[in-house]
Amino acid sequence: MNQFPIREIVFYLFAIITLAPAVIVVTTKNIVYAAFALMITLFGVAGLYVFLSADFLAAVQVLIYVGGILVLILFGVMLTRGALDMKLKVERGQIIPGIIASLVILILLFVVIVKTPWNPLTESQIQQMQSDKDTDTTEEIGTQLIGRGENKDGKVTGEFLLPFEIASVLLLVAIIGAAMICRREVKE
Amino acid sequence: MSDEHQLSFITHHLSLITNTMNFLQIGLHHYLIISAILFTLGMFAVLTRRNAIAMLMGIELILNSCSINFVAFSHFIEDVGINGQIFAIFVIMLAAAEAAIMLAIIIAIYRRFRTVSPDETNSLKG
Repeated sequence: MNQFPIREIVFYLFAIITLAPAVIVVTTKNIVYAAFALMITLFGVAGLYVFLSADFLAAVQVLIYVGGILVLILFGVMLTRGALDMKLKVERGQIIPGIIASLVILILLFVVIVKTPWNPLTESQIQQMQSDKDTDTTEEIGTQLIGRGENKDGKVTGEFLLPFEIASVLLLVAIIGAAMICRREVKE
Repeated sequence: MSDEHQLSFITHHLSLITNTMNFLQIGLHHYLIISAILFTLGMFAVLTRRNAIAMLMGIELILNSCSINFVAFSHFIEDVGINGQIFAIFVIMLAAAEAAIMLAIIIAIYRRFRTVSPDETNSLKG
């Protein structure tokens, strides 16, 4: 039955799953609540990626953001637990300028979003485009990241090979740096 | 500004939103507005929270909002192609590296100062 807007309802559900825990992350005093609310937000963002036909990216988001970064944040929360038993000094004077600055940025972004003529494709054009293609997003992303540069049916592949290699070196540097910063000094 | 001038300002811009967006047809504007709200919440967390790990969570919210933006443009604009999703993959990777380094620094600061509030670790301040 094409009339019942189930797709829109599920989209708004994912939007609420994304935005409501973000408010909890920002306002709660309990840092463990904030960490788990961030987890729910990241799952909601993965759902939005599925709506945008980015299936590989949704899987990457769940694996790396939820399964990696959030676990790291929870470890950080666990290892700095002694700090939470102290009373958090909330500086009341700084919340009002923060709210004002955030509202100014939000209204500015809304005005830009609404007034710019983006000229997006309509749903029918998108569906036609996606039925014309015979590759899925995983193959497209893969050929752009580690292609060989030659034209494949008139398309240039491997445009992002250099950033890919540089990013892997950066991850190595980050691992070594983090391990070195956290190292306990061996007392002789 | 007088009260009715302010009210007409607000209703004018609200009507702009409802005229360009259709609530029953998910378009580009929906994703951009979700991303704008996430960005604002993340920025508010970075500005206001007095716990270093909570500021890191705000930064993660900001990075996720930018990734949603990139992927939405990759889906809705024809010239972008797949490049938006590739950039979102790079953003996720950089966020992982940054979170690792930031947590290492936070743990090192905690061992030294016994606190994670940025207000109390300002021994470099003149």
